[in-house]
Amino acid sequence: MANLFAGVGTSHVPAIGAAVDHGKTQEPYWKPLFDGYGPAREWMEKEQPDVVIVVYNDHASAFSLDLIPTFVMGVGEEFQPADEGYGPRKVPVVKGHPELAWHICESLIFDEFDITIAHNMPVDHGLTVPLSIMCDQPEEWPCKVIPLCVNVIQYPAPLGTRCYALGKAIRKAVDQYPEDLKVAIFGTGGMSHQLQGERAGLINKDFDIQFLDDLSKDPQRLVNIPQVEYLRESGSEGAEMVMWMVMRGALDDEVTEVHRHFHVPASNSAAGLIILENS
Amino acid sequence: MRKDREYSDIPGTYVFDPHHSRMGYRLNMFCMSLNQEANRDEFRADPAAYLDRFPMTVEQRAAVENRDWVGMLRLGGNIYYTFKIAIFDGLTMQGVGGKMSGVSEAQFKQMMIDGGRPPEGNRFEHEWGAESSNNCTDSKGA
Repeated sequence: MANLFAGVGTSHVPAIGAAVDHGKTQEPYWKPLFDGYGPAREWMEKEQPDVVIVVYNDHASAFSLDLIPTFVMGVGEEFQPADEGYGPRKVPVVKGHPELAWHICESLIFDEFDITIAHNMPVDHGLTVPLSIMCDQPEEWPCKVIPLCVNVIQYPAPLGTRCYALGKAIRKAVDQYPEDLKVAIFGTGGMSHQLQGERAGLINKDFDIQFLDDLSKDPQRLVNIPQVEYLRESGSEGAEMVMWMVMRGALDDEVTEVHRHFHVPASNSAAGLIILENS
Repeated sequence: MRKDREYSDIPGTYVFDPHHSRMGYRLNMFCMSLNQEANRDEFRADPAAYLDRFPMTVEQRAAVENRDWVGMLRLGGNIYYTFKIAIFDGLTMQGVGGKMSGVSEAQFKQMMIDGGRPPEGNRFEHEWGAESSNNCTDSKGA
């Protein structure tokens, strides 16, 4: 049977991807951040998940205001890096796992989660930067990837409770998949940051550290954070941390934190990374 | 910004809610078009002719032409969309962050290195003073 064994929470700041792409990771500005990614990359290499479900948001790349699905799962064979205005990132094409992805979609809909299903969906930094963080610069990504794209740009984003319940439903689906597969789930985005307006640059370290602590200590508190609290406390773009609740919902109630890293700044953001394994 | 929502009193913040999205649809879809290289080339070659293809309001078009980053947000722009203009211009997020908050890129970058803009004093409009509600160009940085 498939086994969903671990979750990763990580920021997906585009500048982190650009630092990898342009060989800047050892420069003084970036080195402290990438030093903390070392153990995460070692973990990834040691654990070698067959499939990673990446929960992320699209940033006006695959979807515009013409179509705003709240939850989309990618069931295609592959997903091309998107052109976000700079030309596509020169990273490997993302290979999907259509069989597991379709199985999850079917199971979710029977579970009353009416997921949107996408065959053809370019993937932007929201998905590819977490892969760069965890895998550096391989010729091919070392795992199959199932994209789970969440709307967090058009208010309202889905509630934490709903994201958490979606995680639980995904876990149920993976648990019932007959093939022996090692599956991990990444929740991405955040941590505190605000890109827009006169309040741009907001960072709330206390909020972020408490958030990282409570992923294992008190996930129910996090699940119930209202959107207005994210907006006020973690910044208008920090609100994307609600996507970490999908990851947390897919794990056991009891989890063990195996690695954590927190650094300010990565461009305009606080960058966080945490690895949680089922206890 | 509408004033009747629970997030309306967050200073210097333009929540992309349904009201905002309706107002900014055409502006944002112009920005979206810049994802395509052929469109970027056309916009570079003849900005006015390219903008003619997108029926924005006069105010929105002026904000685009003047690179009025906060103005675009007030008129319904969303930062992930308007940032595509910044990419087109070769600006960084920190450069635009500085322009929106009234400081230089170097000052903004230093504020981030020093830990960012703190939440203290930046949670509620009244903390910024009455006259500055969502019009503040005064940075309350670290």
